[in-house]
Amino acid sequence: MRAPEASFRRRLFARKVTAMGFAVLCLLGTSVGIVALALLLIDVTQEGIGRVGWDFINSFPSRRPEDAGIKAALWGTIWMISITAAFAIPIGVGAAIYLEEYAPRNWMTRVIQTNISNLAGVPSIVYGMLGLTLFVRAMELDRSVLAGSLTLALLVLPIVIVASQEALRAVPNSIREAAYAVGASRWQVVSRQVVPVALPGILTGIILALSRAIGETAPLIMIGALLFVPFTPSGPLDRFTVLPIQIFNWSSRPQPEFQENAAAGIIVLMVVLLSMNAVAIFLRNRFQSGPQV
Amino acid sequence: MVQEGLQRALSQSFMAQTSGQAGGTTDDLPRGPVAETRDLNVWYDDFQALRDISLQVPGHRITAIIGPSGCGKSTLIRCFNRMNDLIAGFRSTGDVIFQGQDIYGKGIDPVEVRRRIGMVFQKPNPFPKSIYENVAFGPRINGYVGHLHEIVERALRQAALWDEVKDNLRKSALTLSGGQQQRLCIARALAIEPEVILMDEPCSALDPAATLKIEDLMRELAREYAIVIVTHNMQQAARVADSTAVMMMAEDRAGELIEYGPTKEVFTNPKEQRTEDYITGRFG
Repeated sequence: MRAPEASFRRRLFARKVTAMGFAVLCLLGTSVGIVALALLLIDVTQEGIGRVGWDFINSFPSRRPEDAGIKAALWGTIWMISITAAFAIPIGVGAAIYLEEYAPRNWMTRVIQTNISNLAGVPSIVYGMLGLTLFVRAMELDRSVLAGSLTLALLVLPIVIVASQEALRAVPNSIREAAYAVGASRWQVVSRQVVPVALPGILTGIILALSRAIGETAPLIMIGALLFVPFTPSGPLDRFTVLPIQIFNWSSRPQPEFQENAAAGIIVLMVVLLSMNAVAIFLRNRFQSGPQV
Repeated sequence: MVQEGLQRALSQSFMAQTSGQAGGTTDDLPRGPVAETRDLNVWYDDFQALRDISLQVPGHRITAIIGPSGCGKSTLIRCFNRMNDLIAGFRSTGDVIFQGQDIYGKGIDPVEVRRRIGMVFQKPNPFPKSIYENVAFGPRINGYVGHLHEIVERALRQAALWDEVKDNLRKSALTLSGGQQQRLCIARALAIEPEVILMDEPCSALDPAATLKIEDLMRELAREYAIVIVTHNMQQAARVADSTAVMMMAEDRAGELIEYGPTKEVFTNPKEQRTEDYITGRFG
């Protein structure tokens, strides 16, 4: 039975209004996020851009704000993120591959799985305490770059694992079957077909994890990263500071010149972060380049 | 009436076989079984999926397995290349003999089995790589010597796809149509030079024109390979298969082989009432 023409028209109008209303709501939600972020960036840039320059990047901290720079913190951050990546990426991706492609589905793997998901939600200060006890004291690494990196690697491991697992799980089973059917061994199936398909997702997880690590402050203060460092680390066992700590340090001082320095530090941190993401996106596109649809 | 139609389809297919430009029939080739199951039982955990299946797959012939949904056709065909090993809870008794050896026997590597028994799946599942890489993958991982280009070209020619793709070998396989993708999957299976090709409802995702192409291709391939095909489509079995196996579900839902013989006999003069009911559409 067909609805009468008039009531159909009325309803159609109401349906269109509802659809439009929802679209506007979504647009508003998106705008709030983007506008807030844009304001923040503009504010920071206005305050700090004047300070950003070669001298700022290439000077050690100083009591005189106009002489102070981020050389120690920038190098500390580079050291730290490199070592963190060196530990977190192979262990995290390896664990994900094992859990998704090799491990039998039993209560043990379910317990491990649940724990990994829970670990992703543990506050970072707790990892700082763990790092202090385990790496700084028990392993006697002292307050070194290595101790800090290991702590951050632990912190971001769950993120890497969970994201990589999701990427692997999204690979259709028909691809595994196809590879097995032409006589591939499990290693060949995983390394030549499954992981390449999952790689963009895995890389996205790695970017997220490292972006988190580069911005962490609390656990590093906890394990005793320095606030004032007039040198760059020359090895993994040297003491260090990182950009977020340097920024935190400056922003807690009363002089407005140091506030400017803090803003400039934020700009540099953001540039580092964005260039890391750019590299990852570049890599992702390269790996995908073979078969584009 | 249905039977009449089937008979017509049958005689047409036989005519196609004998008069095809392929030259000659497949009848003068050896008929001995290349693979067979003996009292094969399969369980998934506690559920018995197959019971006492004994089936011989002759060489250079097309063997169809038909039957209603859920009767274990796919489970059976996947026993021939041990694809079921990948399913948790799979367990079997009885033998699956390939070239005189029980492939479920001790010390048999499923990887070796799958190298010699190729498979084509229900939905075309090319790797998300180039056409060339799809075909080259099998030979490459199995350490084939010789020119990969030649192997790829031969496989694509055998699968009647070469002319359509020869200028675009580097293009993604996913840009092909469904029918082309399925022929690519057949080429991929052929590239490792298997002795048996298993096809699990290879045309169920394809339109009639693509289906016809694949069926022609199967008849062509049967000159060199043994082919086992699972199909839902009885007309398809009647059109392409030399022999047909009919499976049914028993009371406890375990699949059983109820009839097996030359296709013509199974369709025109079935021994079992249940077969007749099924092929005349009264059931299933």
